[in-house]
Amino acid sequence: MTKMDKPAGFSRRSLLKTGGALVVSVGMPIGLETVTAIDQAFAQGTRPPLTPDQLSSYIAVNADGTISAFFGKIDGGQGVDVAIGQIVADELDVAVAKVKVVMGDSATSVNQGGASNASGIEEGAVPLRNAAAEARRVLVEMAAGLLSVPADKLVVKDGVVSAADDPSKRITYTQMIGGRYFNVPVEWNKKWGNPLSIVGKAKPKKPADYKIVGQTVRRNDVAPKVFARFDYITDVKVPGMVHGRMLRPPVAGAVPTSVDESSVKDISGARVVWKQGFLGVVADKEWDAVRAAQRLKVTWSQVAPPFPNENELYDHIRKAPVNKRVEAMKVGDIGPAFAGAAKVISAEYDWPFQSHSSMGPGCAVVDIKDGQVTVWTGSQKPHYAVEGVAGILGVPRDKVRAIWVMGPGSYGRNDAADTMIDAALLAQAVGRPVRLQYSREEGHAWNAKSPASVHRVRAGLDQDGKVVAFHFEAKSFSRLDVASNESEPRHTLAGQLTGLPPKPADIYLFPGEAAPGGPYSFPNKLMAWETIPPLLASASPLRTSHLRDPLGPELYFAAESFVDELAAATGSDPVEFRLRYLTDQRDIAVVKAAAEKAKWETRPSGPRGPTSAVAHGRGIAFARRGKTLVALVAEVDVDRQSGKLRARRFVVAHDCGLIINPGGLRQCIENQTVYALSRSMWEEVHFSREKVTSVDWATYPILDITEAPDAVDVVLINHPELPPSGAGEPTVRTVGAAIANAVFDATGVRLRRGPFTPDRLKAALS
Amino acid sequence: MSQKFTLTVNGKAHTIEADPDMPLLYALRDDIGLNNPKFGCGLAQCGACTVHLDGQPTRSCVTPLSAVGKAKITTLAGLGTPSSPHPLQTAYIEEQVPQCGYCINGWIMTAAAFLGKKKKPSDAEIRDALSGLKCRCGTHMGIVRAVKRAAEMMG
Ligand code: FES
Ligand code: FES
Repeated sequence: MTKMDKPAGFSRRSLLKTGGALVVSVGMPIGLETVTAIDQAFAQGTRPPLTPDQLSSYIAVNADGTISAFFGKIDGGQGVDVAIGQIVADELDVAVAKVKVVMGDSATSVNQGGASNASGIEEGAVPLRNAAAEARRVLVEMAAGLLSVPADKLVVKDGVVSAADDPSKRITYTQMIGGRYFNVPVEWNKKWGNPLSIVGKAKPKKPADYKIVGQTVRRNDVAPKVFARFDYITDVKVPGMVHGRMLRPPVAGAVPTSVDESSVKDISGARVVWKQGFLGVVADKEWDAVRAAQRLKVTWSQVAPPFPNENELYDHIRKAPVNKRVEAMKVGDIGPAFAGAAKVISAEYDWPFQSHSSMGPGCAVVDIKDGQVTVWTGSQKPHYAVEGVAGILGVPRDKVRAIWVMGPGSYGRNDAADTMIDAALLAQAVGRPVRLQYSREEGHAWNAKSPASVHRVRAGLDQDGKVVAFHFEAKSFSRLDVASNESEPRHTLAGQLTGLPPKPADIYLFPGEAAPGGPYSFPNKLMAWETIPPLLASASPLRTSHLRDPLGPELYFAAESFVDELAAATGSDPVEFRLRYLTDQRDIAVVKAAAEKAKWETRPSGPRGPTSAVAHGRGIAFARRGKTLVALVAEVDVDRQSGKLRARRFVVAHDCGLIINPGGLRQCIENQTVYALSRSMWEEVHFSREKVTSVDWATYPILDITEAPDAVDVVLINHPELPPSGAGEPTVRTVGAAIANAVFDATGVRLRRGPFTPDRLKAALS
Repeated sequence: MSQKFTLTVNGKAHTIEADPDMPLLYALRDDIGLNNPKFGCGLAQCGACTVHLDGQPTRSCVTPLSAVGKAKITTLAGLGTPSSPHPLQTAYIEEQVPQCGYCINGWIMTAAAFLGKKKKPSDAEIRDALSGLKCRCGTHMGIVRAVKRAAEMMG
């Protein structure tokens, strides 16, 4: 508890704090009772229960004058926390540096879903904004009583409330409530996770009144990272902790049938934990755990190889029985439209399994002490982690606290959750805190994947070359063999290996998700998807779950390549062709902005002039993701001899409604463009009949810095009148198609299967 | 099996007892308790574990303790501090390079050694010098900008 400053300009009374309550002495013109009543109406010394319907669950004014904003999501290094701080600072009228965003701890924030759906700002900021506005209203109301000035005659600047016409009448947020908590209910929409929201009595500000939102604000985590003063999940240490390692079968689906513990008996402190298919080791030193895992003699059950030959993957998908079929978008009736079409064009596009393969393998620390479980996790959904750990350990949820700590990269359901559940089982078995980091091989081969898929697209044209029918069919493994969070142990490797029945969701597109082809005003449209059975039902290294921009790269590679094929078939310029069919003004604006910045040369795509050793081309792709719109132009060089592709330059036009932090947004777009270039050029999970063979960076190559573009030019379109929408992923889905379209422009060759490796390009060119 | 090793890390001597085959990375992280070189692959494929041995960028995940000898070990923490930063650290902050940042030991330590030898490198020389390092977040454009900026600061 800090000592109350004597408020300047409040001389006839002195404020002091006793027993955690605000007290005003010499009460002229208001009496002590009034002061106490005002205080008690809004504040208390202990934090009210951490429930979504309490203002204190989102905002606190600290004794040192800082503001805590409790955010039930996390930031993986894209500055979501900075944007939240800006929003809160603006609503509260405090300096942005004063706002500390506290995130990812199940003991301090309510479950806002963790990082998901690139929804950090789009959904996650709404309750924080409303809470900050409500906190300001409450503080102004308190000040009105304490200063005897009507609330509408008060102004707030930098956390100081003062009378508009007499600045000497003033009181600070800290003086009123610093170090204590709001005791103010808010209205909760009774939803958990991403859609959780609240409203208070206050109305948030109008965008025109924002002072901090819209400015570039730097991140707080960069300098500590650069000076090595930043602990990642891998750096968490707990007294008495041991290190773990897991063992995985040589053939996917096999389980240990015998384990020879004597094989590791000379490794100091090595212990084996074996429960059905779950097999791990621990040792006091990490290197000893690594050695024990290498040395442990295990006999594995004989199982039939679960996978097809890799080169038969797409045949397998095409021929596989359909589990579920959904027509996600239907406009008009494509049947008669195709029947009456003068010309039908069709193409098929394939996209492989792709892997998170984070920069470092997953890591977690679990400490079980006196029935209380503390989990440090890189999982981007720590609130769901609580449920998953409680479930696997068989303890009540309120006995588990999950603390998110920045992991080695985090773009969906990577291996962070699985390491955590494994570590929980190891810790329970050995009775010591356990730190577990996977091996590189596990991080590549055993993390969840994005599903391999095939896409059949056709369109009918009338005599004048107008599109009269558009038909898109996706056939794929389910996108969610395991759920996008770990709240149910059966959605984790450890859960499945200890006998819990998997429960894959038969789902591809989510209802309402922007269907490919959706924005174009083709009069008759059908978009349908089909799922097929998984290759291996339980504990599969090819199980699917969310990877950054789930399904975006594959769906829009197909859709936007095909739109380009339509433009070519009708002798149209690809930008003009798109503009012919786009009707929404924002869609049109974003496509035009990209073309203009790229100095797009209007002409039908395709090779021009004499053939040269290196061919140049440009391509465009456009996509929506939720309410965010992206148009991206790629300029490429193709070496005809080697098949090597170089994406020289990208131009990205981006509209995500209101822009919170333009500098951060630019960087985020630039980075995801390069990331998506990697996915498009190189990334493909390889496997044998027995197992996944992409086990490291040699067998799962990603983009090298020598292959990064010369420039990524970003054009930001700001719409202050619209709410901010997600920006962490939308660009990812445009890159593949834009490159493929540029390759067509350069060479006349259509790439219909990703990734665009030199071998594949060379084969296509010959 | 275990042997005594004295390692000089960022100017400070540490004596540890360990298996001579144990990679230096485990000594730095587990025995000495440093947080900066990272385990990324253990296969010399990514650079996350990079430290300097007598100024040479070295992947500590594949360097057995027995090979370290008397070499002076410098980690990212020893390259510079907030009050006396290495130009690359300043440039990294100016350019706000890292996203997750798990990769930065590789990039900064490799670039620091490179800029120590090469004045005013071109973009292509920077890229060649850093080829092979991994960044999963796609911060490559920022990395090139930061290395250029640092090169300019170093004159
Ligand atoms: S951890 Fe050493 S190079 Fe990857
Ligand atoms: S910043 Fe995340 S791996 Fe480079």
